Amino acid sequence: MGKPVAIELKNITKTFGQKVIANKDVNLIAYKGEILSILGENGSGKTTLMNMISGIYFPDEGQIFVEGQEAVIASPKDAFGYGIGMIHQHFKLVNVFTAAENIVLGVNDGRYNLKKSKAKIKEICDKYGFNIDLDKKIYTMSVSEKQTVEIIKVLYRGADILILDEPTAVLTPQETDKLFDILRNMREDGKSIIIITHKLNEVMEISDRVAVLRKGENVGVVNTCEVNPSKLTELMVGDKVELNINRTEPKNVADRLVVNGITCYSRDGVKLLDNVSFTAKAGEILGIAGIAGSGQRELLESVAGLQKLQSGEILYHNPKTGSIENLRDKTPMQIRNLGVRLSFVPEDRLGMGLVGNMDIVDNMMLRSYRKGKGMFLRRQKPKNLANDIVDRLQVVTPSVSTPVRRLSGGNVQKVLVGREIASSPKVLMVAYPVRGLDINSSYTIFNLLNEQKEKGAAVIFVGEDLDALLELSDRIMVIGSGRITGTVDARTATKEEIGLLMTKSEREREGDNND
Amino acid sequence: MTDTKKAKHHREPWVHIVKRDDLPWWKAWLIRISAIVIAILLVGVISTLLTKVSFLEVYEVMIKGVFGRLFEGGSTTMLWKFLQETAILLCLALAVTPAFKMRFWNCGAEGQALMGGLASMICMIELGDKLPYPVLLGVIFLTSMLAGALWGVIPAIFKAQYNTNETLFTLMMNYVATQIIKYYVYIEGGGSNTIQPVAAGNLPIIGDNRYLLNVIIVAVLTVGLFIYQKYSKQGYEISVVGESQNTAKYVGINVKKVIIRTMIISGAICGIAGMLLVAGTDHSINTNTVGGQGFTAIMVSWLGQFNPFIMVLMSGLVVFLRMGAGKVADTCALNASFADIAVGIVILFVVGCEFFIRYSVKFKHSNKEVKA
Repeated sequence: MGKPVAIELKNITKTFGQKVIANKDVNLIAYKGEILSILGENGSGKTTLMNMISGIYFPDEGQIFVEGQEAVIASPKDAFGYGIGMIHQHFKLVNVFTAAENIVLGVNDGRYNLKKSKAKIKEICDKYGFNIDLDKKIYTMSVSEKQTVEIIKVLYRGADILILDEPTAVLTPQETDKLFDILRNMREDGKSIIIITHKLNEVMEISDRVAVLRKGENVGVVNTCEVNPSKLTELMVGDKVELNINRTEPKNVADRLVVNGITCYSRDGVKLLDNVSFTAKAGEILGIAGIAGSGQRELLESVAGLQKLQSGEILYHNPKTGSIENLRDKTPMQIRNLGVRLSFVPEDRLGMGLVGNMDIVDNMMLRSYRKGKGMFLRRQKPKNLANDIVDRLQVVTPSVSTPVRRLSGGNVQKVLVGREIASSPKVLMVAYPVRGLDINSSYTIFNLLNEQKEKGAAVIFVGEDLDALLELSDRIMVIGSGRITGTVDARTATKEEIGLLMTKSEREREGDNND
Repeated sequence: MTDTKKAKHHREPWVHIVKRDDLPWWKAWLIRISAIVIAILLVGVISTLLTKVSFLEVYEVMIKGVFGRLFEGGSTTMLWKFLQETAILLCLALAVTPAFKMRFWNCGAEGQALMGGLASMICMIELGDKLPYPVLLGVIFLTSMLAGALWGVIPAIFKAQYNTNETLFTLMMNYVATQIIKYYVYIEGGGSNTIQPVAAGNLPIIGDNRYLLNVIIVAVLTVGLFIYQKYSKQGYEISVVGESQNTAKYVGINVKKVIIRTMIISGAICGIAGMLLVAGTDHSINTNTVGGQGFTAIMVSWLGQFNPFIMVLMSGLVVFLRMGAGKVADTCALNASFADIAVGIVILFVVGCEFFIRYSVKFKHSNKEVKA
């Protein structure tokens, strides 16, 4: 490579406490005018490494060189001094400020003059092809717009090295394309761009080189044009992983959950679900696809008794008694008392599904602590269950009395899913069950879902990765802006088909406005 | 930019703050105990500087202020006073703890205890000669708990129904309680601002130790609350609601019910504290009966990390310093605020040392660790 070096890491090591080695002897070079992907499973130390470059952590050992000179980066401010800017996964913006105000915030370049600053921002926008209304307040913005503001903010501060942490996780395919165009423009301009990701297709699409991290170590840097996804996967996980999910034909299919025309509004009167009807059948997996925030959460919470509905009904066909129960307007407690075997793995694992500060045993009790007479808890059964789940799902934890917040994301999810299927559910709802999980954990979860399907549960699987949805589900229902825009057979449908359905309601709405 | 780049070329910063793994319990306690020792030494140094009394003498005065001449074969009066004050403070701290575990910031222990005390007072005055003694005691006990619970449950109902701010609400309820006491004293005391001690309905004295019953009642409460929080279903619900209301709703816990129930318990224990003060100690009431301990109790609860047994130690420590430093101030003609300063120093150290338990401080790249 004849390109000049932008930043070089030498033997960077970072540990947390004595046990956790986040990065070990990492050597890495990023050139000017290139896009470098940092690929790795969750917990492989990608974000920690980048946090050291951007001044959030300080390395225990090793050196960082910026343009050939050794750099000491002890704070994000130092990092900006070296022209390093990071765009975090969780945006750090002031909600009540406008885009322009957020961009100039904290930049000390003489007197505060928004007009002048705006001209400078405009220049940046035109140069790289950003499209944004600078006077728009952050709280009225979409996720993609917020991200744009973050990127402009970093550029405005004169960053030459941009680090993006999982930038596409929150974007639609179209928005991702737009982002990638901008990143390419920046590369042409000689910026050095580092993206952290675990999506292989994006690595292949955007980057010039890929550095693969595994367990905190740099296991290889390759030119993207010389590799293929399966080679990268191999590098990432160490040994080859079977990528096929074993999908069996549904057996003994019967209606289990029939939802008829449910509608609900948010507190501000926004329609979250609009006349949603569907049937979840025993013995099959019903996938739900859609852009994040299209009503998936409300849909599941309605069934779980956590969402107030304005209209419609949710009918549960009890396989034992043959009776039909309407779950609408019932509390989770009442639903359970009706003998409805409903399990729910919510999207927010530690904020809803589990209690982070409690240990695994106490988390096992969440659903069942009321069992048994008297006012005292019985911890023996939950303890057995905890041990069982730790063994069977290979949860990595010091013991069952470790607070779950200290486990890694994949292990947290195993604990949660393990608990939810322990009650042998007849309806199992899972929301983004593999989000943030490494490949091995993901497959553990997928296999558990398949197992439940074979046992005759009606599985409802809300996902974001269309590949996984297409491979795992029997039918896929697509939701857009709170409406069901279509249901397809997962065995024959294509990604494009689903992608079109995902944006269907948006386009219809735009059509309405034009009339 | 090139300027800044060059300017940034300074050395690596002196210290780094690094998050630790969980320390073994004995190491954590070693840090905590050393913090307390250092704080007490500092109190001694400050006292010496202010009073010119020699360093060791300060502690002598302090210990005498707390235990009297006990160690010279003297009476146990002062010791009992120490135990009594510790018990009352602990009782109030126990009362606020379940609420705090639920993240319901009950700042109304003062008022809830006052209302409990008022209930005791009214029973003693109005029913003292009408009911047989054991029945009277039972009535006093129940009404005090009810009065405290009532004062605690009002903010809880508003919190549960309308999500009002409980901190402000409970604080305001304190003022209402104080004014009610003022009014009652005005009526009962015939305008003299004091109620003469009432002989009826006093808690029984075991042996010749006036405060033994108070201490026993609080000891039972301590063990009871520990078991309640750790082993009961209700205690578990409190933890879940405190950690995450979303999780609580998700598993079907009735959050409103838990908030109201817990505040009834919290208020009722405050009511007991009020009863111990009125029927068990003063046999009278005034607006200063609780004397701000309802607020000190909040701190004790936090310092004890909501664990009743650690709270025993913490309330003992606070009372020891308050009494001891009070004596120092007395002997050396210092302002009475000296006691507050002493307590403040210790608390600063106790709270501050938690930082060193959670983080370690590393100097440069050497692996030396500095602990408190």
